[in-house]
Amino acid sequence: MSVIFVVVPLAALIGLVAVIAFVYSARRGQFDDLDTPAVRMLYDDTPVAATSAADPSAASQSPP
Amino acid sequence: MTAVITGVAGVVRVETDTSCAHCMLPVPSGLIEAGEERQFCCTGCRTAFAMIAEHGLGAYYDIVERRDGPVATSDRSFEEFDHAAFRDLYVRATPDGLSQVDLYLEGVHCGACVWLVERVPLVVPGVARAELNIRRSLARVAWHDATVPLSRVARALDSLGYHPHPFRGLEVEAMRRHEDRAMLARIGVAGAVAANVMLASFALYSGQFGGMEGPYERFFRWVCLLLTTPALFGPGRVFFSGAWASLRTRTLNMDLPIAIALAIGWARGTANTITGVGPIYFDGLATLTFALLAGRFLQQRGQRAAADSAELLYSLSPSSARVVDGDATRDVPAQALLPGMVLDVRAGESFAADGTVASGHSAVDLALLTGESRPVSVSVGDPVYAGTTNVASALRVTVDAAGEESRLARIVQQVEESARRRAPVVQLANRLAGWFVGVVLALAAATAVFWYPRDPTAALENAIALLIVTCPCALALATPLAVSMAIGRAARNGILIKGGDAIERLAEPGVLLLDKTGTITEARVALEAWVGPEWVKPLVLALEQESSHPIADGFRRAFAGVDAMPTSLTTHVVGGGIEGVVDGRHVVVGSPAFVEARTTRTIAAAPCAPTLTPVLVAVDGIIVASASFGDPIRSDARASIEALVARGWRVGILSGDHPQVVATVGSALGLPPASCVGGAAPEEKLRVVEEMRRQGTVVMVGDGVNDAAAIAAASVGVGVHGGAEACLATADVYLARPGLTPLVRLTEGAARTIAIIRRNIAFSIGYNIIGATLAVTGTITPLVAAVLMPLSSLTVVLASWSSTSFTRERES
Repeated sequence: MSVIFVVVPLAALIGLVAVIAFVYSARRGQFDDLDTPAVRMLYDDTPVAATSAADPSAASQSPP
Repeated sequence: MTAVITGVAGVVRVETDTSCAHCMLPVPSGLIEAGEERQFCCTGCRTAFAMIAEHGLGAYYDIVERRDGPVATSDRSFEEFDHAAFRDLYVRATPDGLSQVDLYLEGVHCGACVWLVERVPLVVPGVARAELNIRRSLARVAWHDATVPLSRVARALDSLGYHPHPFRGLEVEAMRRHEDRAMLARIGVAGAVAANVMLASFALYSGQFGGMEGPYERFFRWVCLLLTTPALFGPGRVFFSGAWASLRTRTLNMDLPIAIALAIGWARGTANTITGVGPIYFDGLATLTFALLAGRFLQQRGQRAAADSAELLYSLSPSSARVVDGDATRDVPAQALLPGMVLDVRAGESFAADGTVASGHSAVDLALLTGESRPVSVSVGDPVYAGTTNVASALRVTVDAAGEESRLARIVQQVEESARRRAPVVQLANRLAGWFVGVVLALAAATAVFWYPRDPTAALENAIALLIVTCPCALALATPLAVSMAIGRAARNGILIKGGDAIERLAEPGVLLLDKTGTITEARVALEAWVGPEWVKPLVLALEQESSHPIADGFRRAFAGVDAMPTSLTTHVVGGGIEGVVDGRHVVVGSPAFVEARTTRTIAAAPCAPTLTPVLVAVDGIIVASASFGDPIRSDARASIEALVARGWRVGILSGDHPQVVATVGSALGLPPASCVGGAAPEEKLRVVEEMRRQGTVVMVGDGVNDAAAIAAASVGVGVHGGAEACLATADVYLARPGLTPLVRLTEGAARTIAIIRRNIAFSIGYNIIGATLAVTGTITPLVAAVLMPLSSLTVVLASWSSTSFTRERES
């Protein structure tokens, strides 16, 4: 049973990693808007028309 | 293509089955272009369609769910968006060298809008990102400042049909976001700690039951201590700083008992951990911290919904004004306006600042401030206010107060303050939870002292069982959870509730007083009767198309299907009517006095009901038609009032309008004449409300400044859709959707919410009393207690969550 002296701190350490990840993402604003992403992913990106192909920002949005 | 003629309330209307390619509304027959594949109902829709098609975004039409109406594209230049003063206020630099601005967009309605707005980088080269928050209609745009001016971005959004407004309150927003994120991080840490401490405590409790070797027990006690300490002094610090503030200002707040309980519990637990004997309290402390933080967070978010709506309204006042500079005018952002500047305000534009009319005379629509539907005449020397609209003709206005000093800005500040000040029921629950902890600690000590001389082992066990089984979490969570769920669900249904106390008072039926204009009626002018030949209609419509007077609006709505003829030589006289030459004929439309002064012969002189406004039409000096305009009763008014009466509310009308009009409306709604009070000045309304309050709950529902005093004096004040800001400021509840149906939903939802809260509190108190009794008498072991405890919290949470306090309205 003495393995518990190792396993419990180890589990706490793993828990700590998860907590740090949560705090980091909360501070970076991942949870600011919980409504829009649900809607945003419903629509696929469509190929871009030729008129805006010259635009650098447009090129980054549409995969080659 | 077939023409369908429908008669609605005596109004003949011609609709076609051709629908607009952009908004899908029927296209008026006059605008149908023969041979064209796509038809448009207005130029706004045509522009938006062209814009979308040009950039290959036609997929929008495949995904769009519904459209509210034709696109209102303003042909504004948005020059002020590039002004230095505008940049200082709204534009922020991002770390990656871009400029960023938050824009409030009008006309956002469904997921397809997110798709379209976020494709703005494809439409305007130089825009890096556009992100839309659909719930708040806020778009965050980041762009390369060197490549493209912001005015271009704004014009693109505008031509897509989303009229942009700079979002004021960026500072507040940034502060809140920071606060929200910090609070969420705290809750996360506290929750993780609470769960882990609970696990370790379970090991200890089962050790109490089944026997545990000394080293293991000591180890788990230290684990609890090491986990709880950072949670108490990290996330839980808010309670200690709150308690310290309370001590310093010598006002008792809810943080004080909580902080005392946390501090004593922690000190005692730490001492017991070090000595190795006696109970540790860490599981209870960690769970309490988590539950209280979560409750507070939910509460905070609910209260903000009301303040947000006020802020967005504020964002709707114009962001620029034309300043007269010698002979020329230039666009200046509203924030850069200074007292003494002279503004040029054309018909149909809003005032950007408070001021005095310097030249010209016109009519001003004060609906935003007062809720009154009829424009007020202004001439030289009269005051005008920011946010109100100039409806008739161009004015020169000398600025008196701008920006934060304007009347509109001050009213918005009041709304925010009153939202912050309101004392919610939640505070009571929190205070209860704080004292509860103290009582439990004392009771545990008493149990130990009582049992120790009799049986030392049982003393320890019973005290521990008591500490475990009595759980303040259910009590601390019961009210805030139910209230915030209700406020959140109500807000989604367009009902903004500023505090939990309003819910409490709306739960029991009492007296409900309704204002007439704007509340029961639509507060707009509508054609009620038309006596005259059909051929006159196109002539009238031709003239009225030039005017922005409410009567003209009424004609335009009533004659929506009629083709207008081209006009020439129109003159508009404020307060009288309009005259002009249409198709070679001299046409006069206006009040009887105005028209009779310009005619020689009278033919039709139709009688007009006393509650209606008469309008006559003369062609070539002969009166040929008469129309009467009234304020129509909302279509859902009767059904809503019947539903309220059925719930036990005593419904009455309290209006400033003529008693005869009020009596007519009252009988149309099936209300007894005695409960319909007309001709009541604001002071009279206040007196009536105060008198009735002595007998019980009084709910005042209104929309105008004339109702504001009565709304403030009532037990619960309700402001309706389209109401004045002064009324919004004092109201406890704001209905963001038109009609009276939300009022029925509000009372039903409030009654259900209170029932849930009572059930939760009763359950939690009952559970604690039974649990404590069993523990003190030594009937239950710590292990059984440990299993029971989370069950109580879970029951309360589930009961609040699954409850249908405000059912979600089905999208039609």
